Amino acid sequence: MIDFFERLGGRALGSVHRLGFACRFLILTLRNSGMCLRRFSLVTREIYSAGVLSLIIILVSGLFVGMVLGLQGYDTLERYGSSSALGVLVALSLVRELGPVVSGLLFASRAGSAITAEVGLMKATEQLAAMEMMAVDPIARVIAPRFWAGVISMPLLAAMFSGMGVFGGYLVGVRLIGVDEGSFWSQMQAAVDFREDILNGVIKSLVFGIAVTWIAVFEGYDAPPTAEGVSGATTRTVVTSSLSILALDFMLTAFMFRGV
Amino acid sequence: MMKRKALDLWAGLFVAMGLGALLFLALKVGNLASFSAAETYLVTANFDNIGGLKKRAPVKSAGVVVGRVEDIAFDTSIYEATVTLAIDKRYLFPKDTSVKILTAGLLGEQYVGLSAGGDTVKLKDGDKFKLTQSAVVLENLISQFLFSKAADGDKGGK
Amino acid sequence: MPTKPATDNLVEIDNVSFGYDKRLVLKGASLDIRRGQVVAIMGLSGCGKTTLLRLIGGSLRPNRGEVRVGGRVVSRLNHEELYALRRRMGMLFQFGALFTDMSCYENVAFQMREHTDMPQELIDDLVLMKLQAVGLRGAHALMPSELSGGMARRVALARTTALDPMLIMYDEPLTGLDPVSMGVIGQLIRRLNDSLGATSIIVTHDVAEALELVDYVFFMSEGVIIAQGTPDELRASDEPFVHQFVYGETDGHLPFHYPAEDYATDLRAAEARGTP
Repeated sequence: MIDFFERLGGRALGSVHRLGFACRFLILTLRNSGMCLRRFSLVTREIYSAGVLSLIIILVSGLFVGMVLGLQGYDTLERYGSSSALGVLVALSLVRELGPVVSGLLFASRAGSAITAEVGLMKATEQLAAMEMMAVDPIARVIAPRFWAGVISMPLLAAMFSGMGVFGGYLVGVRLIGVDEGSFWSQMQAAVDFREDILNGVIKSLVFGIAVTWIAVFEGYDAPPTAEGVSGATTRTVVTSSLSILALDFMLTAFMFRGV
Repeated sequence: MMKRKALDLWAGLFVAMGLGALLFLALKVGNLASFSAAETYLVTANFDNIGGLKKRAPVKSAGVVVGRVEDIAFDTSIYEATVTLAIDKRYLFPKDTSVKILTAGLLGEQYVGLSAGGDTVKLKDGDKFKLTQSAVVLENLISQFLFSKAADGDKGGK
Repeated sequence: MPTKPATDNLVEIDNVSFGYDKRLVLKGASLDIRRGQVVAIMGLSGCGKTTLLRLIGGSLRPNRGEVRVGGRVVSRLNHEELYALRRRMGMLFQFGALFTDMSCYENVAFQMREHTDMPQELIDDLVLMKLQAVGLRGAHALMPSELSGGMARRVALARTTALDPMLIMYDEPLTGLDPVSMGVIGQLIRRLNDSLGATSIIVTHDVAEALELVDYVFFMSEGVIIAQGTPDELRASDEPFVHQFVYGETDGHLPFHYPAEDYATDLRAAEARGTP
């Protein structure tokens, strides 16, 4: 019994220790971000690997999620004779929740794991140590560009996901089922508010972007320099960042709930 | 070197696409285009009951959106609701304009309706609407209806 | 800070101890490295050789003692001074540690781009010159994944010497190479050191090859220097440890077993616990 509490305490202390280490790492990254501004091409490269390479999966998933929303939404709304509100349903669920959350989860498993694996491998093969011996700070040269690229890419990916989803809902609702096109768009525009819905969605995706990339670079940098270490860190990145996206989503939604 | 150019091009394209998607959401999905940057003036109105009116609900006149509900407060000196309306500077209304809280459809969202009067003096920033009509609360309507029915029944009995 | 009078020593390691947690890796090691020489530090795996290099490079701090490079104590330098010192050092890592996302050309050009404002034409010339020196000018467009182990080590050597360092450190430069590549790398180390007028430290356990190319040798065991001398002195040495090491004999002074309880005691204890 005492053994159990001992282990529990050990685990808790360990997690707090790691969290503190991660926070220090984030501060270090932010402080060493000057080089990214002076040489923006470093960030551009990473935007390519974090953003452009995630494009296909984001666009395709967005389209399908939107189309499913169109079908399911129509099915439900039709029972109450309000199928003209389909646009509202599709747009609001995408912009407020599904867009940021689903694209965040996809981003974590596509780009987040790639960042962890890359940084972890650079550490395992002593590339980071070599860089340090060449008097180049690996945090400024390797970590910070990846961090900023992730933070920039994520809101853009979420916006594309939502846009594609609305288009998917339009395809199914208007083109396939035959909801009136005029009321689809006009009801949507009347109900979706720029500040309450769209801006809050963008803020959510920005927060998710920061969380996922932070976890990804930290896990990579902190990974034990072995093959198992790197693969374990990659798995941890996906699990931890997915969980934190969902937890953060709840907190942000509660905070943004109407009446603030 | 060629490769780096291609990378930059892709990244640029990606950012442009993302911003395009944001613009699409703002303009086509949201209502940013219909009402946002225009300058407004503030006018207040008191109501006995505002029903389910919310902040940022539309203010309409003859069905056209002319403003938004800016603020809703409770005035403890007269025990009434004070609603502040932000109205587009392009639309000026006479002093004796009447204000109603209306419902879109039977169960839809509530909005503020303005019907212009005939006064030649126009409202300006900080003014107050004199003629107001509160929201119709369905429960009150039903109980009124039942009450009058009951009263009718009593009369018939006599 | 004691700035030593100008001596002939570039690196001085003075009674240095270092350990992770409670296990000490270095236990008061002392050695001096003369300017312009190629020096080998030899010893069994895990005796603290690589740790010594990291202490000189300033990525680790000694628990006790001082490491001086060019008369300045490395562990007392601040961030800027340390980075300034590192620009004049080069380190070749065990497997080259080339940046896998860059071509050979970009790898060699890396420090020039990071630390200097040289125009592109000058960088072009310098990079090709450095690659020519290791015989791989033709491979400048290849990615590290397309190179063999020996070639990768040579490109890494070109990268290490890109900014003409005064001190070059080699961490197991010969390990895992075929005999031909081993010879090539050995020759390159000697030639680069002499042409750059640099000082080189080689950490290795490939005794025969190392003795061919170095000027001076330090033997390490269990965290201290136990023998030193020129290759010829060491070959002639009759100290049992040195003899065993130089001639690669399995039987001798060096223990084969990790320190443990008496074997029979251990077996009886396991039996008592019931473990198979």
